[in-house]
Amino acid sequence: MTLNRRLIATALLLVGLGLIPIIAKSIGYLFLLTLFTRIVILAIAAVSLDLILGFGGMISFGHAVFLGIGGYAVGIAAHHGYYSALVQWPIGLAASALFGLITGALCLRTRGVYFIMITLAFSQLVYFLSVGIDSYGSDDGLTIYKRSTMGGLIDLGNKTTFYYVCYASLLLCLFLAWRIVRSPFGRVIQAARSNENRLQVLGIATDRYRLVAYVIASTMCGLAGILLANHTDFISPALIHWTRSGDLMIMVVLGGMGTLFGPVAGTIALLVLEEVLSTITEHWMIVLGPLLLLMALFKRGGLSALLGGRKA
Amino acid sequence: MREALVEVVDLVKTFGGLVATDEVSLTLHQGEIHAVIGPNGAGKTTLISQLSGRLKPSGGKILISGRDVTHLPVAARSRMGLARSFQITSLFFDFTALDNVAIAVQASRGHSFRFWQDVTTDEAIYGPARQFLSRLGLEARAQVPAGDLSYGEQRQLELAMALATKPRVLLLDEPMAGMGHDESAKIIALLREIKNDYAILLVEHDMKAVFALADRITVLVNGAVLASGPPESIRGNPEVRRAYLGETTPKEGGVR
Ligand SMILES: Nc1ncnc2c1ncn2[C@@H]1O[C@H](COP(=O)(O)OP(=O)(O)OP(=O)(O)O)[C@@H](O)[C@H]1O
Ligand SMILES: [Mg+2]
Repeated sequence: MTLNRRLIATALLLVGLGLIPIIAKSIGYLFLLTLFTRIVILAIAAVSLDLILGFGGMISFGHAVFLGIGGYAVGIAAHHGYYSALVQWPIGLAASALFGLITGALCLRTRGVYFIMITLAFSQLVYFLSVGIDSYGSDDGLTIYKRSTMGGLIDLGNKTTFYYVCYASLLLCLFLAWRIVRSPFGRVIQAARSNENRLQVLGIATDRYRLVAYVIASTMCGLAGILLANHTDFISPALIHWTRSGDLMIMVVLGGMGTLFGPVAGTIALLVLEEVLSTITEHWMIVLGPLLLLMALFKRGGLSALLGGRKA
Repeated sequence: MREALVEVVDLVKTFGGLVATDEVSLTLHQGEIHAVIGPNGAGKTTLISQLSGRLKPSGGKILISGRDVTHLPVAARSRMGLARSFQITSLFFDFTALDNVAIAVQASRGHSFRFWQDVTTDEAIYGPARQFLSRLGLEARAQVPAGDLSYGEQRQLELAMALATKPRVLLLDEPMAGMGHDESAKIIALLREIKNDYAILLVEHDMKAVFALADRITVLVNGAVLASGPPESIRGNPEVRRAYLGETTPKEGGVR
């Protein structure tokens, strides 16, 4: 059964990710831990994007804005002396959800290229806002001197601990996404991608469902932003730049849209390739570009298509 | 007379200077098949689209069970019991045949803001879905992606989906177009069998099917009603015969 093969591949991938701190320690490559912390965090963002892009057919070209909102929530709160995760995280998540709700309601009135452009426009708006606000570092960004505190229970300053917090967050998001995809709600989202007009004739007002999916994805990506700010101890407008949104899209497409294995595999592939190629040549983008092109041309389903079988 | 489920009153639809629906009035009764016939471009699909809510009329009124729905959106009308099949096959082509019907069943069971229930194993949805599929004789094709079905099978799947929403009113736009003889015979038998439970508007070019099924026939030409009545009166109507032989003189602002 190819379906089982995909399940096994996903499980192996996740178990492998769970072993990273041990592997890194035993072979003495501690930078691996840093790299994979980043991978796990961005995988959350990629999974969230895949919910709307892959499953929902909403081609958002501004998804990184939610990395920024989550990140800036942590940075700004820390700047004002609020370090508790109980303060920072709910603010980051709520701000992402709210921004997703407002911009989503506007963006989702459009379709196709217009949707791509307007999501891009909103993210650029926030980008220039973050560049323009001097009190929060503008171009130079904002250093975060202390990671989110968790009442002394969990020390995010510890690299291994932090990795496992990110890892657990990824597992949680994957589980949520998996449940959603199989739920009546998820069915509606996928059917709307396939033939929205038909769905309306069946009596389902697709707009609301698409908006709720958009808000869920926004919030999930906000979580990635919160973690990313803690990981880098620093936030800057670069977090929101459109190229970052493009990276997220590449991860999803590279791994395989509309699968849960895809965005995780795609994130690993892209960041590891980036890492490896950049040690060989500083013009790594020249190598990576054609590689992605080949992938798009010959393996339309992305990495997950290599496993064969139907989408799961 | 049986209950009037749908009433169309003086409906007008213009596309620029073209009058696609020209003061059309008609009624659909529970338990009756009302056929709408007319040459290509007569405005049959345009009429159905206005009934289903896809197109906004330029004038006139549409009532469902006496309630004015002229300005209600598509989904709201479906929830009032309207179902439509499309002249140009409209399916979830990357879903399996069974999943196509399943989403239709799901749509008939209230809202879908349920995030935690596993629909893929839900018998309350898949049980009825399989029933509707076998009603159209497609049970052996359940797991085939809709895009890979033959054209005739896709038309049957359209009908299965329309029925699966548990409608009271069926708007069927050429359900038998492109079907083989056996397939259309099957659909004719099915429609006859189920018609008591619905009010059906049937647009169809196959005159044999129309006269075999219809309780009432309305003839549209250039967007306007040329004649309306029981099949016998339509069959003998000289104007209708002329219209079908293509000898009509175009009405002012009408369709050529
Ligand atoms: N969206 C539109 N914009 C402009 N004109 C349209 C539009 N839709 C239909 N028309 C025109 O309205 C007229 C009626 O079209 P309609 O599709 O309703 O005809 P029909 O009776 O269903 O024909 P057929 O038997 O070929 O299906 C045609 O002249 C068509 O070109
Ligand atoms: Mg037509």
